[in-house]
Parts: sequence; structure tokens; C-alpha cells
Amino acid sequence: MAEQFSNEPMLDIYIFESTQNIEQLELLILETEKTGYTPAAINEIFRIMHTIKGSSAMMLFNNISNLSHNLEDVFYYLREKKPQNIDYSTLSDLVLECVDFIKVELYKIKNGDSANGDASGLAESIAKFLVQLKQNGQSESENTIEKSGTSQSPVFYISKDKTKVTMGKNTFKAVIFFEDGCEMENIRAYAVLNNMKDFADNVSCFPEKIIESDSSLNEIRKNGFKIFFRTDRSFDGVKDFFQHVAFLRDIELIEINQDNNPDSFESSKSPILESITLSVSDKTENNPVIVHQTKAIDEKASEPDIQLNTVQNIISVNVAKLDKLMDLVGEMVIAEAMVTQNPDILALEHEGFLKASRQLRKITNELQDTVMSIRMVPLITTFQKMHRIVRDMCKKLGKDVQLTLIGEETEVDKNIIEHISDPIMHLVRNSLDHGIESEGERIKKGKPPKGMVTLEATNAGSDVLIIIKDDGRGLNKEILLSKAKENHLLSRPEEEMTDREIYNLIFLPGFSTKDNVTEFSGRGVGMDVVTRNIETVGGSVFVESTEGLGTTIILKIPLTLAIIDGMNVRVGNSCYTIPITDIRESFIPYSTELITDPDGNEMIIVREQCYPILRLYEYFEVTSDVTNFEEGILVMVEQDGKTICLFADELLGQQQVVVKALPSYIKNKRKIHSLAGCTILGDGSISLIVDIGGFINHKAQANGMKHHLESG
Amino acid sequence: MSESMVLDLQNQNEDTQKGRYLTFTLGGESYGIEIQYVIEIIGTQPITEVPELPTYIRGIINLRGKIVPVMDVRLRFKKQFKEYNDRTCIIVIDIKESSIGLIVDSVSEVISIPESDIVEPPEISKSGNNYVKGIGKISGEVKLLLDCDRMLNDEDTEIINKI
Repeated sequence: MAEQFSNEPMLDIYIFESTQNIEQLELLILETEKTGYTPAAINEIFRIMHTIKGSSAMMLFNNISNLSHNLEDVFYYLREKKPQNIDYSTLSDLVLECVDFIKVELYKIKNGDSANGDASGLAESIAKFLVQLKQNGQSESENTIEKSGTSQSPVFYISKDKTKVTMGKNTFKAVIFFEDGCEMENIRAYAVLNNMKDFADNVSCFPEKIIESDSSLNEIRKNGFKIFFRTDRSFDGVKDFFQHVAFLRDIELIEINQDNNPDSFESSKSPILESITLSVSDKTENNPVIVHQTKAIDEKASEPDIQLNTVQNIISVNVAKLDKLMDLVGEMVIAEAMVTQNPDILALEHEGFLKASRQLRKITNELQDTVMSIRMVPLITTFQKMHRIVRDMCKKLGKDVQLTLIGEETEVDKNIIEHISDPIMHLVRNSLDHGIESEGERIKKGKPPKGMVTLEATNAGSDVLIIIKDDGRGLNKEILLSKAKENHLLSRPEEEMTDREIYNLIFLPGFSTKDNVTEFSGRGVGMDVVTRNIETVGGSVFVESTEGLGTTIILKIPLTLAIIDGMNVRVGNSCYTIPITDIRESFIPYSTELITDPDGNEMIIVREQCYPILRLYEYFEVTSDVTNFEEGILVMVEQDGKTICLFADELLGQQQVVVKALPSYIKNKRKIHSLAGCTILGDGSISLIVDIGGFINHKAQANGMKHHLESG
Repeated sequence: MSESMVLDLQNQNEDTQKGRYLTFTLGGESYGIEIQYVIEIIGTQPITEVPELPTYIRGIINLRGKIVPVMDVRLRFKKQFKEYNDRTCIIVIDIKESSIGLIVDSVSEVISIPESDIVEPPEISKSGNNYVKGIGKISGEVKLLLDCDRMLNDEDTEIINKI
């Protein structure tokens, strides 16, 4: 309990930093697949794994820490020894698998579950890979080891600090017993070995194959973990070191004289001893060379690699602070208006004051714009995640596709980014799975064998357009229609459907032209998720396609949830705001154009079309002097293809307003259909923002109810 | 060990606020509300009405950039509505992360009422006593101590009554 208490504040930072590191690592790996493993890249990867290992160990997430340590070993080897024939593709796969594992663990931690994933399978594959690497590697010393038939690779590490092999003065034998039930004794033993390499050499241990076999685990549990090593440290120093081993139950430390050496070993160890002495002498020759190379690498590493350092000049800020900042700036604007527009002061007509107040106005406006833009985040991170998806799918489907990103610096509000990353992922997967044909097919059709998927983002007025384009098969209308008919999803007879409507069939839930369900698609769920997510943020989806040439899907998202362009209208003493994007026109009607139907609903005819009228003062139950149509104004609004006319007293003017949600207390009491939120006007008063969609639905429901009640 | 110390400190903080009530008047009666819920007291402000809400919720106000709903306690207790004058105050309370303002006739003072002076409310009428947690006696006067939770969340009875 106390542990949770103290970890809480650090946990947030840990999750944030580790997530960033993992994402960076992923990008790096994808990058290096194209450009090859440069020394700079290897260093960067090593650094990231080291950071993750350290912070995970501090937070007591040992499985992540050990896994990163294993990866670190591999890259350390790559950095120091620079072997020639590296199986890069397997390496990348391995690293990406580890990245996935760590991502899952981080996700568990974020949700408050315990990070209890089992990484031993992965650790084994990494160890195997390292062994193979060394088998194919250059140095002879590793071959000597292989001859003796043991895989002592972790034991013979020379850490960077040691440029010379010192023949340690003292020889010790240590037997470590771990606490009962502490689990993973073999990995702990392995960790102990690694920690020892700084001050000890000639380290050998029993059981030897610590990570690779499970029998070693039982051996360690029963008889303890025996380590035999040589070091400069004194007996007390060594004992001190062992006391710090986690979950240590008991430690037997014996100092051994030189001549005792062979005897304290079990007989099976003697051949290894020979190889130890052999390899040690080899190492003394190799070491100076290695040192030389390390220096060269370090120099090269200082070359700035811009792509690797995408997150340098960024500071992370708590969103609550941003909200508070926005509130304060909003208030400042109001206060500033109250000061400079004060009628008494204006009456003085002081020239200097007017100049100063103009200056103040300019600065406040700029401050407001800057603060609003703080919440905007570029789409880069979302788009770059797509690289990984394209790569994985290409491998699995056997297609060759190139992903091009255009306009990824375009910014959207932070809230929106979370909602669109899933839809974009779905759409990219669809393009790869359904759209792009196999290489053979493409060559037959005369298309370039490499498929092209383009992700583009641009600003268009008050919206951001995200376009996902592929040059694949395109949508086949006949197949779509027949599938729809099969599942009885057609609402209209086929002949009447326009192209656009046929393409929109793909958005129906449960619709899929795939006959069997694969890992990627076929259930008919994906597009439905896309539409729903996009609609949550108030956007819309469009599909365009040319058969045989490709498909384009366009997502239109509002620039930010927080700010809208609104038209203020007055009804009685209250002020309401109508989002400008919904307004079609406003006019003063002639009484001759009005009709009332038998139910009592009022309607108006404009250019041969009939629209229902809603009297705002009636709907909102506000007292208003203006009841005659010719004294007020009619505002025609539209949403989802339905249009109604709202009757208000007068138009107050257009304004960019910051949307604030209605207080949760009110939202919990009753769901108010007609209001989307509220906003604070320049003079401090509150204006309610009208939700046109809610209006229309509510009115339709009310009308339906009336019919029901009257007919029933 | 350190855990119990932290809990002790927390208890101490609560203790300094426990047993202290902010008293206000409504009509002829005097009510008390626990001070740990009260954030601030402000004078009346122009209220923006919000449609489709029960009548006792008058609307919303702009409190330094924050939107706060306000409830008229008179109407909540089914008394007669009284026009707001310059003595009328809005007590802003904070319950379970949501803020709400209570419009009252006037605010009196903060007093400490020890547990011993608080008695259970009598079962006179069902509708009135939902909100009263206890009755406190101070120097010959009787204060009705309100249960904020029930005041804010008692809409089930409302809906039932409507039908």
C-alpha cells in the first residue's frame, strides 16, 4: 500500500517517458531497415534500451528491465565487435517483438493492472540470436568457446571501462541461495553475473546454461548458484556486493588460493578452465584494437542525426494547466474590454489613453491566439505509427507497398488526435488488404509493382482534411450491390442508387465483401468504427473511387472542438449562439409565405421548398416581445440534410467563441437535446450554443409523439 | 509506520472543519450546511436560464470563467419564490467534483455545533425531511442542518411526483 503511495507521481512520468522511448525505438528500427544499421543508430538504440532498463528497474518492473537488458547485450555486442554477417531482418523482427511486449506491459501498467507478462520466451530467442551472432562473428575467442561446447557468452563480457585485462589478485567462490518462492532464480542469477563483470573477471558459474534451460532453475533452487571468479576487491568488498543482491537468502563466500583452483571446481569444469586461459590471452591482443575502434565510433556518433532527435525541444505540460491558462486568458480579454470600453473613460477622449488601449488590445488578441494554438498538436506522431502497420502487413500479405506522408505538420486539437488515430489505422489496413493487389496482378494490369498508399493532411477553411489514397483495385459497384442485396441492406432499389450511395454502403455495420474472416478484415466492423469515431468529433467521411485505379477516402474534421464560429442571436433577454457552419441563410419573412398545417405546425415556403419553423422563444420558454414574424428574423439552419427555420428576435453578430461544456451537474440531471454547450461572451454574459441536430431530432420526436397521442 | 502518520494528518485536517456549519436564512428558518463543502459566497449575478430543467434550477452563471449551475433553495424546498435583492447570496458548494450554487435569502455566520447538540430530525412529513440531516441547537435557536448529497440528487422523488 505504501509502495503504491510513493510510486504514484513517478508512475505517470515513467509511463510517459517509456512510451516516448518505445515509440522512438520503433521509428528507429523502421528507419534502419531502409538505411541499414549505422553506428549512430546502434548507439541510439543502445541508449534507449539502457534508459528503459534503468527506469523499469527503478519502478520494480523486472520483466521489462530484464528484457531490455537482454536486448542491450545484443546491441552492445554489435557496437563493440561489429560482426559482419548480421541477419538484420531477424534482428529487426526480434526488436519489434520486444517493443510490442513492452508496449503491452506499459498498457497494463497504465490501466492499473500488474505488469506480469512472461518475457522468458523472448529472452530465450534473444539469447539464441546473440549466440548465433557470435558464431558467425569475427573474433576467434568466441569460436574457442564453441569448441568447448558451452554457451558461456554472458560470462565473458568485458565492460567498456576495462581496457586492460587485469589478473585479479583474489579468487573467490560464491554460492548464492535465493529466497524460496522468489521465482525466476535463473534470471536473477544472470543479473548477478552481469553486475559482477565490472569488478571481476575469469567468471564462471555452475549451472552454466542459466537462461537457456529450465533445469538450471531447479538446480539453483536446490543447490544454490555457484560462481567462481577473480577480482581485485577484498573479501569484505565482495561480500558487500553480494549483500545487495535482491531476494538473497544466503551467501557462502570462500576465498581461494591459487593452488586450490582446480580442486574447488567439479571435474566437468576443467576443460572450460583451459578455454578460459586461452581466451583471456586472446583478449589481451584484441583489446587494444577494440579500444581504437570504440574511439572512432564515438566520434562518428556525434554527427547529428536529425531524424533520431524528433523530441528534443518539446516540454510536456499537464493538460489541466493548459485549461486553466485558457480560462485566465479568456477572463483577461473580458476584463480588458471592460476597462477600455468603459463609457466614462471614453468620454474623456484622451489621445494617449486611446493609443495605449489599442496597443493593449493587439497584445491581448495575440496572447489569446497563441494560447488557443497551444492545444494543437501536429499529426506527425499519428501518421508515423502507420509506417509500422504498413511494414507488418506487407510482410504478412507478401505485398510491396510504399507509404507516403504529406502535410504531417498540420495541427489538430489534442482531443481530436486520440479519436482519429484508430480510424486512420483501419483505413490504411483496408487499403492494404482490400485495395492493393498482389504484385503479379499489378504487373498484369500494367501498374508499377510497388503499391502506393498516400496519407495527406491539409487545412480547408475551418476543417482539416485527411485523405487516404491508394492506387489499388478501387471499389467494384456490382460486388457491393450484390453483397448488400444478399444481406438485405439495400434501402432503395438498385437502379435509383447514385455512385456515392453505393460507395457509402461500405459504412454499414456488418458489411464486408470478404468471404472469409482474416486477421485483418472481413468482419464488416471496421468502417462502422471509423464513421462512429469521426462523428464523435463532429466530422464526416467521404469515399471516392475509380474501379481499377484506386480508392480515396476523405475524413473531414473540425479544426478544434473548442472553438467555433457562431452567430449570436437574441431571444427576449437571452442570447443564443448558432454555429455558423449550420446556417444557410437568414431573412425576414413575409406573412404571405407562412402556412400552418392542421397539426398546428408552422411552415414557410422558400424557393418552392417547404421548411418547418421553430419559434425559439416558445421552445426555450423565454418571454419575448417579438412574436410577430415580421419583427424578428428567421434563420435557416441545416444538418444531416434536414433543414428547419429558427425564429429569433434579432441577430447580434458573428463571433468566434470558445465552447465550454455544460456543467456536469446539469448534464447528469437531464440530457438537454437542443444545447451543445455554452460560451462566455465579451461582456461576461453567458450564451447557450444551440445544437441543430438535437433540435431537429427532438422536434421530430415531439411531432411524432403528438401524432401518437392524438391518434391513440 | 509512515502510513498511519499520513492518515493522522488527514484526520486532523478534517477535524478542524468538522462540526462547523455555515448558517443562512430562508424565509423564517435558519439552515446550516457543513463548511467542508463550501467553496465561496458571492452576491447575486445575472443568471442565464437553461431550458428543459426543473424550475428550482434557475440556470447557470459565469464564475471567473467557470460555468456553475445555480439552484434556488426556496423553490427546492417548495416555498414561495422571493425576488432577489442585494442581501441575496449565492453559496457555491463543491460535491463530488461538481460545483453548484445555492441561492439563499441571506448568510449569517459560521458556528461550531458539537455532536452532542445535534438530534435526529423528526418524521413529520416525508418530502421535507429528505434534506435535513439533523437539527442543531445553539443558544436557544434551532438550525436545520442540510444533507447536501440528498439535496442535489433527489430527483427520483421529483419524477415520481410529476406522474
